[in-house]
Amino acid sequence: MALPETVSLPPARADFRDTTVGRLLRRPSALLGLLLLAGILAMAAFADIAFTGDPLDMAGMPLLRPGEDAAFPLGTDMMGRDLASGIFHGARVSLLIGGVAALVSLVIGIGIGALSGYYGGRVDRALMRVTELFQTIPPFLFTLALVAILQPSIATITAAIGITSWSGLARLVRAEVLRLRNSELAQASIILGASDARIIFRHILPNALAPVIVSASILVATAILTESSLSFLGLGDPNVVSWGGMVGAGRETIRTDPHVAAIPGVAIVIAVLALNLLGDGLNDVLSSKGERR
Amino acid sequence: MSHAVPNEPVLAVDGLSIGFQTRRGLLPAVRELSFSVRSGEMLAIVGESGCGKSLTALALLGLIPPPGRVTGGTVRLEGRDLLALDEAALRRVRGARIAMIFQEPMTALNPVLTVGEQIMEAILEHEPVSRKAARKRTLALLERVRIPDPERRFAEYPHRLSGGMRQRVMIAMALAGAPAVLVADEPTTALDVTIQAQILSLIDELRREQGTAVVFITHDLGVVSRYVDRVLVMYAGRKVEERDTRDLFADPLHPYTRGLIAAQPRAGAGAAGAVRERLAEIPGTVPALAAMPAGCAFAPRCPLADERCVQAVPPPRRAGSGLVACHHAGETHAL
Amino acid sequence: MPSDAVLAAPAVSAPVTATPVLRVSGLSVEYRTARGVVHALDNVSFELAPGETLGIVGESGCGKSTLARAVVRLLDPSAGTIRLGETDITHATRRRMRAARRDLQMVLQDPAASLDPRWTVGDLLAEPLEIHGIGSRAERRARVADLLDKVGLPPEAAQRRPHEFSGGQRQRIGIARALALEPKVVVLDEPVSALDVSVQAQILNLLTDLQRTLGVSFLFIGHDLSVVEYVSDRVAVMYLGRIVELGGRDSLWRRPAHPYTRALLDAAPRIDGPSAPAGPGLTGDTPSPYDLPSGCRFHTRCPIAADVCRRLAPAMQALSPGHHVACHFPDSGSEPPSMQSAINS
Repeated sequence: MALPETVSLPPARADFRDTTVGRLLRRPSALLGLLLLAGILAMAAFADIAFTGDPLDMAGMPLLRPGEDAAFPLGTDMMGRDLASGIFHGARVSLLIGGVAALVSLVIGIGIGALSGYYGGRVDRALMRVTELFQTIPPFLFTLALVAILQPSIATITAAIGITSWSGLARLVRAEVLRLRNSELAQASIILGASDARIIFRHILPNALAPVIVSASILVATAILTESSLSFLGLGDPNVVSWGGMVGAGRETIRTDPHVAAIPGVAIVIAVLALNLLGDGLNDVLSSKGERR
Repeated sequence: MSHAVPNEPVLAVDGLSIGFQTRRGLLPAVRELSFSVRSGEMLAIVGESGCGKSLTALALLGLIPPPGRVTGGTVRLEGRDLLALDEAALRRVRGARIAMIFQEPMTALNPVLTVGEQIMEAILEHEPVSRKAARKRTLALLERVRIPDPERRFAEYPHRLSGGMRQRVMIAMALAGAPAVLVADEPTTALDVTIQAQILSLIDELRREQGTAVVFITHDLGVVSRYVDRVLVMYAGRKVEERDTRDLFADPLHPYTRGLIAAQPRAGAGAAGAVRERLAEIPGTVPALAAMPAGCAFAPRCPLADERCVQAVPPPRRAGSGLVACHHAGETHAL
Repeated sequence: MPSDAVLAAPAVSAPVTATPVLRVSGLSVEYRTARGVVHALDNVSFELAPGETLGIVGESGCGKSTLARAVVRLLDPSAGTIRLGETDITHATRRRMRAARRDLQMVLQDPAASLDPRWTVGDLLAEPLEIHGIGSRAERRARVADLLDKVGLPPEAAQRRPHEFSGGQRQRIGIARALALEPKVVVLDEPVSALDVSVQAQILNLLTDLQRTLGVSFLFIGHDLSVVEYVSDRVAVMYLGRIVELGGRDSLWRRPAHPYTRALLDAAPRIDGPSAPAGPGLTGDTPSPYDLPSGCRFHTRCPIAADVCRRLAPAMQALSPGHHVACHFPDSGSEPPSMQSAINS
């Protein structure tokens, strides 16, 4: 009983089933979400190879039904544009706008939330006032107004969606940072002499990330919906094909040829559903991370 | 110290086993535990975290939360096996014949009801008395547990009370049905020492005056030495030693008990000539439920362990005033 | 590391002769809350000698944790001074404080909460060195291995994350992290309160060994009297934000002069102590910190309180060299019978 006994450790746990990804894959709904999302990503990636021409060009007879002509498995619209090609190329635009817009609102939301939660006081009051301002304006009308003023293009639509959808995220990040800022985790860092930047970026934000990741997947879904709505109203980028725009174009023939609007509509539903399933799965997995065994 | 009356035990636990149902099978948490308590006696169940003492306490009232479940044995309260009762019958016994107080009373008290209403409810649940009579009884109980100004406290909400006061309210509630057995699970662990002393002497006084048998779950050997008649030491789900308190501290027989007592900082450890004695350590850690050794669970940490200990679980054997489960019981003096 | 069973402790209870490494004088802390101002700490003074352990003991609300946090400047004091060696750090800015932290470290009560769950133990132990720009990457790695060895953990621990360790092992990591900068003073805030007895013994032995080999000073905050007695050379007893008695460990345990100290020692049962409390014990609860009693803050629960106690706060007075008490009627007489039996048994 002399030296402090060297303590033996439990065996290392390298079980894939216990990692976040492993646990996510074991949930059927999250797995379905991931598979659907992977499908949409593949469509976007192979759009140029599968459909070489411009999806906005007339390709065949107008208003072909799905299956009517083997060259156009999903049929054509009233301008004779290939719907399958439109779905593939539209996946690109939808994912691009959804992803980048979510990224823009993540950067703004995390930045404002982190500053507000960490520094508190006057900084917090000022930033939260701005956040409230953004929360009180209905986001879709706000986006609509911005796009109308700026002229619709992929860049302006993305920016407008990003700028109008960060306020909820900022509040979420603020609450998490506030909690962690007063935790022993942050206090231990202060005692070691760590700078604010180190405490925020290396300890607080990584630990506040779980709910942010969950809401990011919902943000992408919402951005895709918003872009579709804008395109449906004719405020999409006229130079590219998008799912919302396709629904809009199919509106005129909805009584005679409902498939023209329905097919891109189904694509939107599947994309949004996939992102929501993924978000729910991530929420379950990340929030129960503490309870192991 | 011993105030045991020579009569039948009010509570007799025999071969109690509790396990957790998991994906990888049943994990045993308490194994073949037997003990009994007589009226007016205070029995302590001691051990470190994870030894199964709190689970045992919950089992006595049929309160084991899933995925835990009792996998064997009997719990006889005044001759009736509680484990064989259905939920409705159990509810009639709970509070009336056996009651429990917890470490954190706030989790057991309803925050939106006043203290008085909650105690009254406990009385009305078990007895067909008028509200007026129940109110009178409640005030008497509050006075009984030495709550100053009972009329005023009656109308107070739990969060307005201090930790010590809340624990008194819990005790008053537990006493509402005049139970034969009181199970106290670490009732003073969250309290300051001067308040702890007040609560412990209250419990001590109640069992002397009302003959309530007390099963006292604790990790604090100091508290045990001052208030308890008999001690049951648990390690990794099994009873390793059960003795009269005085005997246990004077001459612990199980190497684990001995280690626990020696690990305790002693009074005046450095008094003689500014020399500080090293504390005795028990090397290693408690084995995980899923990786329990086949033989004696303490063998991997035991200085006396040999081949026999690794292979066979030692059965409890008579030893003086109690029982000990060790192949080398008594050899601990060699340490 | 020593292998003998008995360790010599530094000289006890003698007045501090060496230059103190930490000097706290007249320290007060106030919180402003919605319910009013809380005087959490009121005019607290003490010194800490090199290689010494000063224990701070008291019940909840006595201000011992506030004191710990104020000393390491997690809280801003409202009055008084804190000197670390020759430097006054009472109002040091964050930047100035960073340099001082090399000499002043802290071990928090719950390592599960203070160690970042996403980091490996190796990175956690290297972080203090990284922050202060000490050593190259390779040198830091060597230092991590050395620290792990010092606290009795195997080198492989560096690759693991905190949740893979038991409570006691995690506290070893917390201690290693606090020692990484080779500080002169370490504040320990209830470092063994969450641990089981057998593990607690391991950590207390480790602290004693480390102090002997490194010569570091400890400010040990605790509520368990036997633990504080075991680790401390001198002990300060606190009640409602004030130090009521401060003395050498043995002097204080044998001749407790303040009625609160006596009640506290009497109330805490121990296996080798008397089988029953000597006195009737304290009645009632600690008063609310929002509504502090006038005069001596203990007078509402004190068995010997007189009129003067309600009017005047007693000043600290020396009973014997190194033993101070703040009481109008200190018991300077012989050992009370209960304590005598506790020590002789």
